[in-house]
Amino acid sequence: MHVPDGFLDAPTSVGTAVVSAGVVAACLVRSARHELTDRSAPLAGLVAVFVFAAQMVTFPVGAGTSGHLLGGVLAAVLVGPATATLCLTVVVTVQALLFADGGVSALGTNVLLMGVVAVWVGYGAFRLALLVLPRRPASVSVAAGVGAFVSVPMTALAFVGLYAVGGAAPIPLAQLAAVMTGWHVVIGVGEAVITVLAVSSIVAARPDLVHGARGRLPALELRTPETVG
Amino acid sequence: MSTRRLVVLGLVVSALVAGVLSFYASGHPDGLTFVAETLGFADTERSSATSGSPLAGYTVSGVADARLSGGLAGLVGLAVVGLLMAGLVLLLRRRAPRSED
Repeated sequence: MHVPDGFLDAPTSVGTAVVSAGVVAACLVRSARHELTDRSAPLAGLVAVFVFAAQMVTFPVGAGTSGHLLGGVLAAVLVGPATATLCLTVVVTVQALLFADGGVSALGTNVLLMGVVAVWVGYGAFRLALLVLPRRPASVSVAAGVGAFVSVPMTALAFVGLYAVGGAAPIPLAQLAAVMTGWHVVIGVGEAVITVLAVSSIVAARPDLVHGARGRLPALELRTPETVG
Repeated sequence: MSTRRLVVLGLVVSALVAGVLSFYASGHPDGLTFVAETLGFADTERSSATSGSPLAGYTVSGVADARLSGGLAGLVGLAVVGLLMAGLVLLLRRRAPRSED
């Protein structure tokens, strides 16, 4: 969902840039204070690298159109939402500046959509799903899939909202919302599948590194002669 | 599995995805572009200020072979993202380190 230059007018582009900058700044603080640890830090780098790679592989979703992974929830579940915002911001920025994928004046918009909305709305859905699922590590992957699925059409709707504010062409909003949501629900299925595969493989290998699995792992028991008896 | 092993494995998978799998990516326009074309606002798009980049469009200009061009572009992107993240994480850890939990 990389927005090119020209889709949104200048004031809206500037507005999204200002909002994104503020959120990213807050996420820098939050990530450093509450999410990044020496142990999990390498995973943050890996997540960003993987999201960049996966975003290159567009998959067909219907006659004539394709989708690609957003990766916001994948990142949030693995390394925490604030760190995920940072990862996605780096990815989207490199894409715009080096690969002309997403406009430069639209960078604030793309960070807002993919780095903020996709991450935080999807993470919220992930946390809600966790509330109703059994308290097992496997639930983390399932909940991640739910969050991932929700994040895509919600991000599409956020774009529609921005278009309502500063879209370049007079497109009927109800129509834009319907068409965008429709396609991005389908793309959301692909997002969910990839997210579940990725999260479950990390949960299987190193559940202790997964931010979203905190509190769901069996507590380690310190066995001493007294406890073992 | 040690963290190092996990990261190396993940990087290898990512390199394969960006370097090889990307060649088989669908050529169809993505959802947003498709909607823009369908609803008629696609022509409001202006080309990016960086569209002259040698890596624009995920190809390496000057490399004729499509597979090699795309694969190289993907790997360059991986390296840049990886380096930026490494720098960012180092900076953040140094500024506000917290204890292991």
